[in-house]
Amino acid sequence: VSALFRYLPLLLLAAGWELVSRLGLVSTLALPPLSQVVLAWGEMVKSGELVTNGAASLWRAGAGLALATVAGGALGIAMAWWRPVNAALGPLVEIFYPMPKSALIPVTAVWLGFGDGSKVLLIFLGCMLPVTIGAFNGARGSDQALIWSARSMGAGRLTVLWDVVMPSALPEMLNGIRTALALAFILLVSSELIVAREGLGNLIGYLGNNGTYDAMFAVVLTVAFLGFAADRAYQALMRRLLAWRE
Amino acid sequence: MARVAGTTAEPIPGEPGRAQRALRASGSAMAGAAPILLLGLAWEALAMSGSLTPYQLPRLSAVLVRIWTDAVDGDLLLNIGVTLYRALTGFAIAAVAGVILGMAMSRNAAVRWLFDPIVSVGFPMPKITFLPVVMLWLNVHDVAKITMVVLDAIFPVVTATIAGIAGIDRHLIWSARNMGASNRELLWQIMLPAALPQIMTGLQVALPIALIVAVLVEMLMGGYGLGAAMVHAWRFADSRGVFAGIVEIAVVGYVLVKAMAIARRRLLIWHQEALAPSTV
Repeated sequence: VSALFRYLPLLLLAAGWELVSRLGLVSTLALPPLSQVVLAWGEMVKSGELVTNGAASLWRAGAGLALATVAGGALGIAMAWWRPVNAALGPLVEIFYPMPKSALIPVTAVWLGFGDGSKVLLIFLGCMLPVTIGAFNGARGSDQALIWSARSMGAGRLTVLWDVVMPSALPEMLNGIRTALALAFILLVSSELIVAREGLGNLIGYLGNNGTYDAMFAVVLTVAFLGFAADRAYQALMRRLLAWRE
Repeated sequence: MARVAGTTAEPIPGEPGRAQRALRASGSAMAGAAPILLLGLAWEALAMSGSLTPYQLPRLSAVLVRIWTDAVDGDLLLNIGVTLYRALTGFAIAAVAGVILGMAMSRNAAVRWLFDPIVSVGFPMPKITFLPVVMLWLNVHDVAKITMVVLDAIFPVVTATIAGIAGIDRHLIWSARNMGASNRELLWQIMLPAALPQIMTGLQVALPIALIVAVLVEMLMGGYGLGAAMVHAWRFADSRGVFAGIVEIAVVGYVLVKAMAIARRRLLIWHQEALAPSTV
């Protein structure tokens, strides 16, 4: 009941949507009734349109994000662990971190065309630096006393890196990945809206151009919900991964 | 303000003097510039080697020439101006509205009840998805573009404001109340300054978002602006224009983020964090 009370505003919002559209306060062209959107959603699930495009989109986001996590995490820890790496790459990270990654959409398309490759590359490039910065800050902040005691107990440099530095870099790195996850969705949808042959963003653009707005709203809400659900699932995963800290 | 702080600070024995510090700063700036120069050289060399076509990677020198001609034409200034106008207007609206909403949510249970689920569900959503909807309602002009910027940039400000107010030392509020501060005084003189470090952090998150979204909506909706110019060049297979756009957008982003970090130091010079070594 308390959850219902908590989320009541969202239900009110949905009811308000249905009402203003049904009562003709706004044109159904601008805002199709929610019930109609839900019906359109059901039809697209049945026809498989939503599923195939959704799978294409999620594959791109997942692959790009996985690459970004591995490369970005390794880069951040390397920068914190070896001073020369930091001296060489630190300024580049600092320059490219604030760059709006959406600017890379045309370039990745120039390099790899309109298919999966350009989207994966875009998401990889766009999501890498938040992970790098998180891992770098986390690894740099690892407790010196822990490192010294591990060394004095005879742990080799690589053992220290793996057993002491990596775990202490984890919390901040996971935060960086959360930022990257949000970025991945933004880059995915916008790049698919601009250049793609399939995917949810492309479907939105196609339906919008066609004027089938109830279906378009259905896909928009689907993507919004996927972004929200991915973030919630990731937070749950993060809590489990960090359970040892308590 | 900075000068006042500089003159009142006691010179610490053993600390490098101003000239030495300036020298060291320029030395580290040079050390920082070296990797960037190397990257530029590598770009030029890779483009000249012939392993990539000029379409895939035009020479850096050609791109710089292109930026120069754009600058002489006035196109560059116009596009930067338009993009910054959209990003900063949206950012300013998001900042003011976000702080007000965050304050209202912290102070009033009904407002909190109404907006809490909307903020917690809306924050992680990719708001850019709503672009076709906003286009449908508001067309493709400045109002639609700025609306998209506000929609994306407001969430970090709201959550940071709430977190900042929640983190205020209760004693501060109690003592102010005890000394007879009115509600308005409490808000302006106690709560807002005390929450400012957190709010600034939220703004520092929101500003790059505002720029990202401004560039994105220009790419998607057309018109003027850095993003639109870049997509235009790309449609005509003018890859020099595309790479020139990347360099321009990167420079604008870098300058904005740096300016925000400096603004933070100025605004929070009274706060203890100003004494800590700067990280940006």
